[in-house]
Order: sequence, then structure tokens, then C-alpha cells
Amino acid sequence: MSTFLGMPATPPRAPYGTGNLRGERKFPRAAHDELLNEQLRRNLGRATGTIRAKRIGVTGELPDWEQLRDAGSAIKTDTMNRLPELLEQLEAKVTERGGTVHWARDGVEANAIVTRLVKATGSSDVIKVKSMATQEIGLNEHLEAEGITPYETDLAELIVQLADDKPSHILVPAIHRNRDEIRQIFLDEIPGVDPDLDNVPAHLAAAARTYLRQKFMTARVAVSGANFGIAETGTLSVVESEGNGRMCLTLPDTLITVMGIEKVLPRYQDLEVFLQLLPRSSTGERMNPYTSMWTGVTPGDGPQEFHLVLLDNGRTAALADRIGREALNCIRCSACLNVCPVYERAGGHAYGSTYPGPIGAVLTPQLAGMHAAKDDPNSSLPYASSLCGACFDACPVKIDIPSLLVELRHQHTEQAGTTAEKLAMKAAAGVMKSPRIYTAAQKAASLSRSVGVGGRDRVISRLPAPFDGWSDSRDTPAPPKQSFRAWLASAEGAATLREASAEGAARRAADDHQEEQ
Amino acid sequence: MRIGLFATCLGDTLFPEAVKSTAVLLARLGHEVVFPPGQTCCGQMHVNTGYQREPVPLVRNFAEQFGDASIDAVVMPSGSCAGSVRHQHEIVAERYGDAALRSGVATVKAKTYELSEFLVDVLDATDVGAYFPHRVTYHPTCHSLRMLRVGDKPLRLLRAVEGIDLVELPEADSCCGFGGTFAVKNADTSTAMLQDKMRNISATRADVCSAGDSSCLMHIGGGLSRIKSGTRTLHLAQILGSTRTAPYALTEAAR
Repeated sequence: MSTFLGMPATPPRAPYGTGNLRGERKFPRAAHDELLNEQLRRNLGRATGTIRAKRIGVTGELPDWEQLRDAGSAIKTDTMNRLPELLEQLEAKVTERGGTVHWARDGVEANAIVTRLVKATGSSDVIKVKSMATQEIGLNEHLEAEGITPYETDLAELIVQLADDKPSHILVPAIHRNRDEIRQIFLDEIPGVDPDLDNVPAHLAAAARTYLRQKFMTARVAVSGANFGIAETGTLSVVESEGNGRMCLTLPDTLITVMGIEKVLPRYQDLEVFLQLLPRSSTGERMNPYTSMWTGVTPGDGPQEFHLVLLDNGRTAALADRIGREALNCIRCSACLNVCPVYERAGGHAYGSTYPGPIGAVLTPQLAGMHAAKDDPNSSLPYASSLCGACFDACPVKIDIPSLLVELRHQHTEQAGTTAEKLAMKAAAGVMKSPRIYTAAQKAASLSRSVGVGGRDRVISRLPAPFDGWSDSRDTPAPPKQSFRAWLASAEGAATLREASAEGAARRAADDHQEEQ
Repeated sequence: MRIGLFATCLGDTLFPEAVKSTAVLLARLGHEVVFPPGQTCCGQMHVNTGYQREPVPLVRNFAEQFGDASIDAVVMPSGSCAGSVRHQHEIVAERYGDAALRSGVATVKAKTYELSEFLVDVLDATDVGAYFPHRVTYHPTCHSLRMLRVGDKPLRLLRAVEGIDLVELPEADSCCGFGGTFAVKNADTSTAMLQDKMRNISATRADVCSAGDSSCLMHIGGGLSRIKSGTRTLHLAQILGSTRTAPYALTEAAR
């Protein structure tokens, strides 16, 4: 029997095979197919370019934007450092004001809680506010399996739902669709829609509005997420553009809010910071059109029954990682997606998760793990980046995403055991750590020229696997005759440097002479 | 000043001309250039691919080679290698090194510079006496731009070059798609990024696309060569190293 050493177990991740935090294929394979979709690339290029320009405009106009980012980062870091006490405070305040708080260890528990609450109302359908948390846990699919029909009311989420599709962007879930496709989806899926519906955006929106209005007026239960939950007061908040959220949050009898535990903020005044950071980073607007806030239940006004489901689903596991936990500071603005060159080309579906783009590449592996199965697709996510750093610059709470990517890559190689790549890396380090072997390898590379590598134009146009993807579109120069160090050690190298020194000295002397005159 | 020149493994082995120009340029400006002969590689590829144990000897070797107090500054013609020395070596040392390594890394980090920031910030030189009568566009590499924050220093150096026809690169600050092993692991996405970069370069009708990093130039140049674009790549150091007395002989790029 071994002795118990007292090492704590890692907190659980989102259970394997549940929710929407893992794709079926690794990123490079999925991206390969998405890249063939010219329409998708054009849509993404245009849409991300537009939002990018708007964001630069409205963040650049604030003299204290950098201080706001610092404040956002500091508030979030403080929150994570005392998350348990803040959550208990939130629970006490919500309860005090007539709400009921439920704790869900993972998506499975959260789905069960929401289903039970909906069934208790006797309703067989719910209207939904756009929510990442409920996407993450696959609530809609679960409700449908339990005989409850969820209706998405955000226009883009509605498009995605009607098409039996998946969102591909945090803010603009149907960014991969164009207006012709949307017109066809509406014609096929909205009962009683005008068969002469054209593709004019205002007409498409009007068709959705007519359809949704009837749902708003009849639904008795709404399900929402939350952008913020204030521990100090028990206030929940949703920010949105269309007003559909306001309808859902005020008209039904029962409101069920599913909130990731990292969405808590300590003080009501913290909203002052985040209601500036979020819309400007997200839609590129100075302020979003609708900001709803509610605290428990108010007699005679709004839903008379309020439930808050606090969702962990791997967040405590992320919090346990001293470096990776920074990803929990994310406020889901999607600015990093809009500036990411990889996201812009490959699109959101390639990531296989509710959370795509740079933040998704660091959040998804932490919530759901990246070694939950053999060849786990999530293990490819930290590599879905050229580490260009544009995401770090755009992030309103200054999450150092490139450093987190590098950290998760390290965690991956540590857990992956002995791979061909690791052996190659060890071999490369073995050569590089010895100047003698390194120099010998350089000479061998130079010699490869004399045996014909690169041919007469000194260009290598075909390389073997795993470098074949590189050589499909790039030539590689053949190694030169002489390395730099060999040149420097040669008589020619020494003479060249001597001449350069002399020439420089002469030039400076001439300049001085000119100044004196 | 006594300058320790770090050639970088890629520059030393595959692109020696860029390193030669760096050495020549620094000598021409009146400085003593030393080349610690035991230098090899900064370990950037290892760290960026997720390996932090394997590069420990490389990080140690770098600190030993350039730690000598007689070396006033360590200069390299690469934004990403300078970024690795300044941002990654301490991560490796912190995690897998000992106290001696941590202190060695901190010493050498404080005097490490990418070429353009060394010229402008330390030497206060923007006109380095260069002559390059060609049409040039400049790609600011990601690690120079967003890790080292070199800003417009390379452009200030280029604007001071005699005879140059400097044209702005559209969407200059977007990544070329290299990213080290990213270009191998995610070759398709990398290619899509490269295509957009090449389209913007072609639009400038420049003879030369320049940058401060041979790795990004290897990527862009490899793509331009494949499509026979007519534009060739050249390291910033080679433009700054070209003078009236010893002008760079620009060969026609394949079309």
C-alpha cells in the first residue's frame, strides 16, 4: 500500500462527450475544409474588417482607454482571487431578494436543473436570450430531448437554430451566412412566412420580428445567460443590441439564468468599467442599445419567479492553474476573434467549440481538457495560432493570450508522452547545445549543395513530410556555401570588417571636418 | 561600444548575408563587433512549439556566451529571437533552471536588442549612411511590432536611406502566416495568410520587400519565389548595410 502524500486532485473538467466544448476533428483538418469555402472567407474578411475598424475608432477616442483596460484586468484578477467568497455573497443577495440559486458542477447538472425548473412550470416551451453558457452545455439539445422546445430570440442565433447549424462567432453567431442563405433558411423554416420574402436585411429582420413577437407574447418561461452578476447587490445583467433580451427578461412569469461562475463582479460600481469596455470592444459602439439589470424578484413587475444556475463546468479546474486561470478574465467581447488572422481565414467552426478564436483556443482546453481521449481534438487548439499577438493588443482586460497559448502547448507536450516530434526536438536541442556538433551540422548542410540539393537555381521546391504542407506553396533556399561564422573566420570576413571600420572612420572624420567649416 | 553579435541559428546557417550586413553596419558605425564562438540558437522554436525542458541548455549557453561584462550590448538581426531572449528565457529559467541560470538570464536580457531598436534607441542613429536606390516596401514582423514594440523605428531608418523609394505596405501589421512550426502544423491556414500578404506586397510594385527577421522573410520570400512575383525579399540590415562605395547588387527577381 502506498502512503497518501496529500497531493490535491485536479478539479473536474467538463465531462467528456457532453456539451459543445470539443469538435470531432483536430484544427488543421477542420480548417483545411473550411478554407476551401470562398464564401466563408469573404464573409469573414468583410465582417471582421468592419468591426475591427469600428472598434479602433471608439477605443481610440477615449483618453483613458488604457487605464480602463488596466482597471478591467485588475477587477477580474481580484475576482478570481476570491471567487468562492464572492459567489457565496452573490447567492446570499439573490436569495435575500426573492431569487433561488442552484449550483451546477457541470453542464449535465445544469441541464437537469433547468429542465426540472421548466417542467415544474408546466410549460413545454421556453424563449431564450443569446447565451454562451447555454450553448457551451448544449441546453437546447437537452431540452428538446426532454420534450421542451427552446426558441432562440436573438436574430443571428435564430438563423443558426432554424438551420440546425452551430454558431461560429461569439458575438455574430451567423457570421458565416450571407443574406441569400438567410432568406432561404427563413422560407424553409418559419411557418407562414411570406413566400415572396426577398434578401433585403430590413425585410429579413421584419420576418423574424413577426415570428418572434408571437413567441414573446405567449411564452411563460425564459432562459438567459448573464454578462455580469454583482456580488454586492445580487444584480444580474445582460447587454444586447436587439431588445429581444429585454422582452425575454421582462415578459414571462419565470426567468432562469445560467451564469458561468467567473462572470461575478464584486461591486455594483465595477459596471462603470465593464459597460465601457464591453460594447466598445465588442460591437465597436460607445454603448450597446439595451442594458438590462434585475435583482431577484420585484412584486408586480417582471418575472415573479427567478432562478440563478451557477455553472462550473471546468472553471474551477482552470482557476487551479496559476497561469491558465487568466483566461477566466474573459468578458466574451470577441475583439480577439475579429483581429485574429487565423480565425479570419479558418472561421469559427474549425475550433469545434462554442468558444472559437484566440480566447477559445486557451479557454476550451482548460474547461474540457485536451487529453480526455486518444488524439483529443482539443490538443490541437493551442497550436491554432501564429503567436502574432494581435489578440493581446485588442483584449479589453489585457489577457496575455499568446503567453497562455505557449503555456498550454507546454502542458500538452508534458502530457503527450514520447512522440516523434518530442524526439526531433530533443535531437535538435542536442545539436544546438554543442557548438562543435552544431558547426559540423552546418558544414553538412553546406555540403548538401555540392551534391545537388536545390539544383541550379538553389531552390528546394519539394520537401518530405511533415514539411510537405510548407513546400506546397513555398520555395526554400538551399543552404549557402558558407555559414556566417565560417565567413567571419575567413580572411575575407576579417578584411571586410576592417574596411567597414576604416570607411566609417573616414566618413565621420569628413563629417566633423565639414561641421568645423 | 563592444557589441556581442548574435547571428541566430537561421541567420548563421541559411541567411548569412543578413548577418554579414549587420556586422559590417555596426563596424562602420565605429563599434567593436565580437562574435562569441560558442553561440548557437536561442531556443525559440522549442518554446513556441511547447518544449521548455529541451531548450534549457540553449538558454544557459546563450547566457554564458553573452554574459561577459565586457560585452556592452547583445544585438541580433531578428525581432523574434530578441523577443525569445527577452520574454521566454526567464520562463524557461524560472521553471527548469537554477538560481545561477535565472540570474544569468536576467543579466543578458537587460542588454539584448533587436537591430533597429539598438540603432535608434541606443546609438541614436537614424541616418546610418546607407544608399539603396530601389523601390522598397516594409513588413513589420509581429514579434518586432507587438512583443518588442519597435514601432516605426525600422521605417525611420529606411526613410533616411539615400535614394530609396519607400512605399507603404497595405495591411502591413497583419501576420504573414509564418509562426515557426505553425507554418508546418497548420500549413493550409498559414498559406491563406501568406496569400493575402503577397497580394498586398504585389500591390506596392516594390522591387524589394524588407523586414527585420530572416524567418518571416524566408516565409514571404518562399511564397514570392513560388509565384514568380517579381518582388524579392531582403533583410533590413542588408539595405542599411548598402552604401555608395559598396552598393548592394540587386538581382532581378524571377517573374
